[in-house]
This record gives sequence, structure tokens and C-alpha cells, in this order.
Amino acid sequence: MKVTLFATCLVDMFQSDVGKATVELLERLGCVIDFPESQVCCGQPAYNSGYVKESKEAMKKMIRTFADAEYVVSPSGSCAFMFHEYQHVFKGDPIWEPKAKELAEKTYELTQFIVEVLKIEDVGARLEGKATYHTSCHMTRLLGVKKAPMTLLSNVKGLEFTELPGKEQCCGFGGTFSVKMVQISEQMVDEKVRHTEETDAEYLIGADAGCLMNIGGRINRQGKPIKVMHIAEILNCR
Amino acid sequence: MPMKIGNENFSERVGKGISNSFMRGAVAGAQDSIGARRLLAVEELGNWEEWRSHGEEIRQHVLENLDYYLEQLSENIAKRGGNVYFAATPEEANDYIREVIQKKHAKKVVKSKSMVTEEINLNANLEELGCEVIETDLGEYILQVDDHDPPSHIVAPALHKNREQVRDVFTEKLGYKKSSDPTELAQHAREMLRQDYLTADVGITGCNFAVAETGSFALVTNEGNADLVTSLPKTQITVMGMERLVPTFEELEVLVSMLTRSAVGQKLPSYVTVLTGPKEAQDVDGPEEFHLVIVDNGRSKILGTEFQSVLQCIRCAACVNACPVYRHVGGHSYGSIYSGPIGAVLSPLLGGYDDYKELPYASTLCGACSEVCPVKIPLHELLHKHRQVIVEKEGRAPVSEKLLMKAFGLGAASPTLYRWGSKLAPSAMNPFTSEDKISKGPGPLKAWTDIRDFPAPNKERFRDWYNNREKGESKS
Repeated sequence: MKVTLFATCLVDMFQSDVGKATVELLERLGCVIDFPESQVCCGQPAYNSGYVKESKEAMKKMIRTFADAEYVVSPSGSCAFMFHEYQHVFKGDPIWEPKAKELAEKTYELTQFIVEVLKIEDVGARLEGKATYHTSCHMTRLLGVKKAPMTLLSNVKGLEFTELPGKEQCCGFGGTFSVKMVQISEQMVDEKVRHTEETDAEYLIGADAGCLMNIGGRINRQGKPIKVMHIAEILNCR
Repeated sequence: MPMKIGNENFSERVGKGISNSFMRGAVAGAQDSIGARRLLAVEELGNWEEWRSHGEEIRQHVLENLDYYLEQLSENIAKRGGNVYFAATPEEANDYIREVIQKKHAKKVVKSKSMVTEEINLNANLEELGCEVIETDLGEYILQVDDHDPPSHIVAPALHKNREQVRDVFTEKLGYKKSSDPTELAQHAREMLRQDYLTADVGITGCNFAVAETGSFALVTNEGNADLVTSLPKTQITVMGMERLVPTFEELEVLVSMLTRSAVGQKLPSYVTVLTGPKEAQDVDGPEEFHLVIVDNGRSKILGTEFQSVLQCIRCAACVNACPVYRHVGGHSYGSIYSGPIGAVLSPLLGGYDDYKELPYASTLCGACSEVCPVKIPLHELLHKHRQVIVEKEGRAPVSEKLLMKAFGLGAASPTLYRWGSKLAPSAMNPFTSEDKISKGPGPLKAWTDIRDFPAPNKERFRDWYNNREKGESKS
């Protein structure tokens, strides 16, 4: 199956290991990966801050870039959701709305794609250790992907899993919120770190680079012995 | 109390909220317990999503036909001998109510809980006349006794106080001598209030829902205080926000059930009091005179705009109880009697951006509010719409942010610029980088690195790795 990777700007620039793991994992599951060079940022930082006009050019660029893709897969629930949101941004636009709809229909978050399209629930991963999972808000509430990551993680051999208390609570990232409202963001991420510690987990797993950068950045600053990992990296462990 | 509370700026209010550990403990505890009860109560229905769609449909239908239902309501109240007054502004509402009070030579007013009377600052207006105004909802009573402390939650106004603090307030102001046991505290309040019900000249209530078809209005309480407020004083004044009505009792039943499940996780409240006009010849109790004051105060300006759905609100506060921001900053941080996500959407609409422009940004757009709203108000989308209005129509965004976003627009839309930018990022960030992390970032990164590390840009970007691999050069 041919998969066109929407790597996201955060993964491209800051977390290339997540991108590598995504490619290796999907290839192992029988996919042929294509990465169009012309992909940029999905526009979410500007869009969510209210700069809709500024974000539209990036959106158009992305629609063009992925126009010929059969499946678009992204290792980020929030960025994949943004592709689903384009159709609302271009609502009423005779040229771009249909194109945006088409893009939404073929765009999947990584775990969603593995479970729903590839119909695979066990990717044959193995990792010894205690783990917990942070359910990212955009991925669960807006994109509606709740079960797929849990299904895949529950089949990772050796992984001892504890549910994160208050798992439905936002980690305090929220894009520009994390810098604009840093006072509040700090309290939110601290509670998330406290909850993670309560589980005794060695690994905090997530499926969204933004949330992981926020929680991981705070954990590093506090020098806590918790490894923050993207679900693609976990599923790529053998 | 008017809608706006306090004179501190947003950041001062938030700072105060965050450092109030008593309040934060109380709020987090309440969010967790009410949240769990809400979930059980709505799951018990089996098809909650269908209920939500139905609730949304009812509220949308009312808003689309608001003029019709308001007229029907007024006619039916008039038929029963009640008086109806449409107030476009808080001033008009206050003037009308003051006139009624003066005509009756009223000295004492008892009130059941009402947000709209807070919104129009009614109590202060009546106190100016020399009238004694007594709040009878326990939460509101506590706040009133505590020198008019503002409400911090639309359903549980004294949520920010724990039982020890309530005991201290009662001890200091009311000569209370017992423990901080909630039963004893409530008993004391009941004893104090009982005399007031019996001696009050006028009863004032809010309105959970008015029923257009019959000219009735419903009050939902757990304390039974609204029953006493509406049955003992000879004159009754009910104040309602102009959108708070339903066509018939059929819709009332649906919405009351959704309201109590969403608000506190109850199947039914202790009391649903439905009243229709003044007392009739065969009635043993009830007011001799009845006035309904319908308050607009900016609501009709919201109708027909992209924010119309906010008027679907039934004031259950499920969004407040689910909000992770409210959890840490508490209600007073919003600077408005309407706090939490609904407050962040509504306050700028009713009170303007001058006082409330920060509120739409005090959200991660996590969607927890929209998920629990029983009438499907897309709250996080409305917060986003506010941001768009602030940036694009109001032009209130900071210049530095505008420039940054303009640069973003250019950079993100151009693959060449993007590629160059991301390629140069590691060297540009080099002075700030140690051990693959940035601990003190420049520009917009500063706020990030004040509390967390930022990863240094990868020297080999993902796309470099991918391209090299395609060329067969990479071994990783």
C-alpha cells in the first residue's frame, strides 16, 4: 500500500527520530512510503491564534502537495485533524472546499491508519518496562481517535501498562497558549507530570509531538527520570 | 454585583488564582467528583448523544423563533394577570424593578439564585433605595454575608471556599458558634433565612426556563428556597435572560433532565418549581402581584451572528467543571460573573473586548467544554472565532505577534523558504543550545524556556535523513 507521509514541521525539525520510526514501522507493515519535499507546516499555529488569512496560503500549499496521495498518514493527531479542518476553513470556496474535503477523507493519524486501514492490531513490537499513555485532546476529541493507540499498545510485548490519572485533561500545550499563557500552562503541565509520576511509569507515551515537547520539556527541566516517547518509537521497538 | 468583577488586570487575577491553594484544592476536588457523577448520570440514559442533538435542536428552534415565543409568553402571562416588561439595558431593568419596589414601599427583598440579576447589578441598585436584599441560595448567601464576595462558578457560586472558610465567615459575621460540619452550617443559614422569608415584602427569582405556551416559568433548586421566595412574599418579580425559554412543557422536561444531569450528575433535582402568574382565587398561597422582567442586555445583538449558538446555553456549567484552565485559575480569574469556557465566550460578547480580550486566549482549544455541553455549543470553536475577530476585525493583536504571523504565512506557504529556514535553524539556535536542548530561548521562545526545555533543532532534519536514505547513503 502506498502511503504519503505528512511528517509535520515539529517532527521534521525537532523530532526526526519520530519520523524515522514512522517510516520504518510502516515499511515493516508492508507500506511503500512517499515523502513529498514540498510539504510545509499545516498552518495550525497561525490558524489557532486567529490569523486565518495568513494560514490559508500554507493550507493551499499542503492541499496541492498531497493532491495525488492515496493515503496521507501523520504521526500527529493534532496535525492530522488540521487537514480535516481545512474543509471548514474553505467552506463556500468553489475551488478549495472540494479539494479540502478530498484531503480530509484520505488523511489518517498513524495509529488510526494501522488499525482502521491496515487492519493490524499487533505490530509485533517488544519493549520491557512500565508505561503510561497521554491521550492528546485534538486526537481524541476532535479527530475522534480513542481506541487505536490503546489497541496497539496493549499488544506490545513486555510493556506493563498503567492508566494515567486524569488522562482526559489537557497537558497545557495548546500551541501558542504554551507561551502566551505560560503562567497557566505551567500549572497544567505540572499536574500532568505529577499524574505521570503517580503511575510509576518509566515511559510516558503520546501520539502528538506538540504535547510531548511540552510535557517532555517540563520533565527534562525538572530532571525527572521519565522517558517521553512517541508511540511510533514504541511500536518500532523490536 | 455587575458582570465585571474587580479592577485587576488579567495577569494579576490569574496570578492570584494560581497562588490560592485553598481555592485550587476545592475546585479540583469539585471538578473530579462532579465530573464523575455527570458521566454516570448521562451514561445511564443510554443514548446521551441523541439527547444532546435533541437538546441542541430545541434550543436552536427557540432562538430561530425567539420573537414568536417571547410574544406568546408575554401574552399568556398577561392573560393570567401578570405584568411583563422588556428591558433593553440593565438600567431599564433596574429602573422598572425599583419602581415596583417603591410602589410597594418594600423594605425587605428575598432572592433565589439568579445570574441575570448579578449581570444587571440588581442588589446594589435595590440597596441604594434602602432596601434589605437577602440571597437565599446557600452559596449566594455565604458570598453575600462575606461582604459580597463575587461568585466564582455559575452553579456553585461559593465553590472557591472550603467548609472551614465558610465557618470562619459565619463566625465573624453572624456570631456562629458551631463546627465546620456542612449540615450544621446549612442549619444555621436556614434558621437565619426563615425569618427573612416570613417578613419579606418582595420575592425576586431568576428563571431557568420560561414556558411560552402556558406563560409559566420553572426554577430548578436543591434547597427549596425558590419555593419560599415565590410563595410567601405578596409581590414577586422574576428576571430572565431573553433567550431562556422553551415552547412547551414537553421541551421543559427534556431540558431540565439534561440540566441537572449535566450540572451536578443528578437524575432530578430536589425541586422543580413551576409557577404561572399571580395567585388565583382558588390558590392558598402565591404572590398577589407578579412581574416578569425580560432582559436583553446585548443578547439580541448576538442573534444572527456567528456567535448565536452561545445563546443555546442552559447554564449547567458542565463546561466549567470540565475545563482544565478553570481548574487551575478559578472563577475570579475571568473577571466576570460568567467564568469558565462559557464565560470566556459570553463575557466579551456582553461586556466588550476592552475588559475581556484575554479570555478567548485562556484556552488550549482542547475541546473538553464542547464535548460535555448538553446542547452542543461548539465552545472551543467560538473561542477560536473570538481570536479571529480580535486579530482580523478589531486589529487588537500585538504588533510583534502580527509580524511573526506574517512571517509564518510567508515561510509556511513557501517550501523554499521553509526548507532554508529549517536548515539554518540549528546554526541560528547554536548560541542558545547545550546538550541538544535550549534552556534560555530568544524572542517568543523565552516564555517557553522560562518553565521548560526546548529541543534543539535536529542537525539532520527528518527530510535530510529521508532524502539521504532514498539515495542509499544513510545507514540508520
